[in-house]
Amino acid sequence: MLDKSGFPIELSGANTPMVSFRKVRKSYGSLTVLDDLDLDINAGEMVSIIGPSGSGKTTVLRMLMTLEQINGGVIYVDGKPLTHMPKGNQLVLANERHLRSRRADIGMCFQHFNLFPHMTALENCMEGPVQVLGLPKAEARDRSEELLELVGMIAKKDQHPSRLSGGQQQRVAIARALAMRPKVMLFDEVTSALDPEVIGEVTNVIRGLVSEHNLTMLMVTHQMGFARDISDRVCFFYGGKIEEQGHPSELFGTPQRQRTQQFLSAVSEAV
Amino acid sequence: MFDWKWDFAWEILPRLITATGNTLLAAGAGYAIALVLGLFLAIAQRTPYRGVTFVVRELVEFIRSTPLLLQIFFIFYVGPQIGIRLSPWMSGMMAIGLHYACYLSEVYRGGIDSVPKGQWEAAIALNMTAVQKYRRVIIPQAIPSALAGMGNYLVGIFKDTPMLSVIGVAELIHTANAIGSEHYRFLEPFTMVGIIFLAISLPAAGLIRLVEGRVRRKLGLN
Repeated sequence: MLDKSGFPIELSGANTPMVSFRKVRKSYGSLTVLDDLDLDINAGEMVSIIGPSGSGKTTVLRMLMTLEQINGGVIYVDGKPLTHMPKGNQLVLANERHLRSRRADIGMCFQHFNLFPHMTALENCMEGPVQVLGLPKAEARDRSEELLELVGMIAKKDQHPSRLSGGQQQRVAIARALAMRPKVMLFDEVTSALDPEVIGEVTNVIRGLVSEHNLTMLMVTHQMGFARDISDRVCFFYGGKIEEQGHPSELFGTPQRQRTQQFLSAVSEAV
Repeated sequence: MFDWKWDFAWEILPRLITATGNTLLAAGAGYAIALVLGLFLAIAQRTPYRGVTFVVRELVEFIRSTPLLLQIFFIFYVGPQIGIRLSPWMSGMMAIGLHYACYLSEVYRGGIDSVPKGQWEAAIALNMTAVQKYRRVIIPQAIPSALAGMGNYLVGIFKDTPMLSVIGVAELIHTANAIGSEHYRFLEPFTMVGIIFLAISLPAAGLIRLVEGRVRRKLGLN
């Protein structure tokens, strides 16, 4: 069933993508950041987004986390509209209640970690499960400790973020997001604010997630080597659109578009 | 130089101590009202509902721009005409509470604004409700930077309680004035009241700084 603008009320079928952007538009005043973006991400897929600054990469993640209002188009998660809700047979902009019910599928890690400074690493991880999911404390603690173990931070579980290095904070932030058991994980330049020598400890955690968990992941990164290693697909953004996308070996090996070639050679010169 | 009479000072001391209790009670109750109401006023100014934001902001501006004395008179004398009949005590505490709630809402607002945008976003990413966001994430981080301002207004309220004397609340100034009128001696009562104010205000300021440091450490912010 389609609403009057031609967007389906729900996506269904065997090949329903986990995340689907349909003609998504975002602008700030006269500046268009996303321009009729179409992007599907399948369940279990790891997709990296690269591109020059101002190309709309981070906006894609922020829209999906509902940190920004949508100006046009619809985003679907797991077949159901996220940014909109059905009303009769129309899709209308989602209210807070709808957002809360759909947002649970999505977790996000930020460039600047954004851990809660007044809570320890463990408390940061338990906060969502206890307060939002309503889990009993003991269960939330078990779950959080397990995840802190996974990211190698169990020894520092009782430290406040101010006592942790950037790489350590980011690993706790990953555990905090995972503790909510999202279906989709978003990584927004998670290594950009880190000192070079600790980038590896964070990328290794993400690498582990890719190989051992069936999470759908969407990552904005400036680390081309990392994106190339772990992605199932890489999207090169330019001017609010996907200029080119494909398997990393294709996109990095034999880029077809001139802008992609220019960007990749500029980036490799910088390294 | 002065004709200071110790025996008279001793004689009136019990009455002044009782009045000190009343003053502290009025200040404490007014402060408690201001602390809670101020927080609501601050948060109301950040809701997405434009109408609410506008009305609350104008109300805060209005109250901050008019004298406390006027508000005390208004609640006590005009209130009954619109069906709100309050005792001098209640009127006084409501007036002080409301007046300082408006000042404290600005202090809270500054504290809330000082919480980085990333904290709000992290709270959204954890799918928190608006109440959870404020209670668990924003307010605990806003309080430490608001503490200095909150403390200043506690001392401010204490020093403003004499205004309640105009509607007959038996706080310190009112009592001192009454003693003076009864005995035709004003030197002792008013000097003693000044000393009492000083003896409470000064340590209070120090105590506030102590509490501020404690809270910051407890929240792991130092």
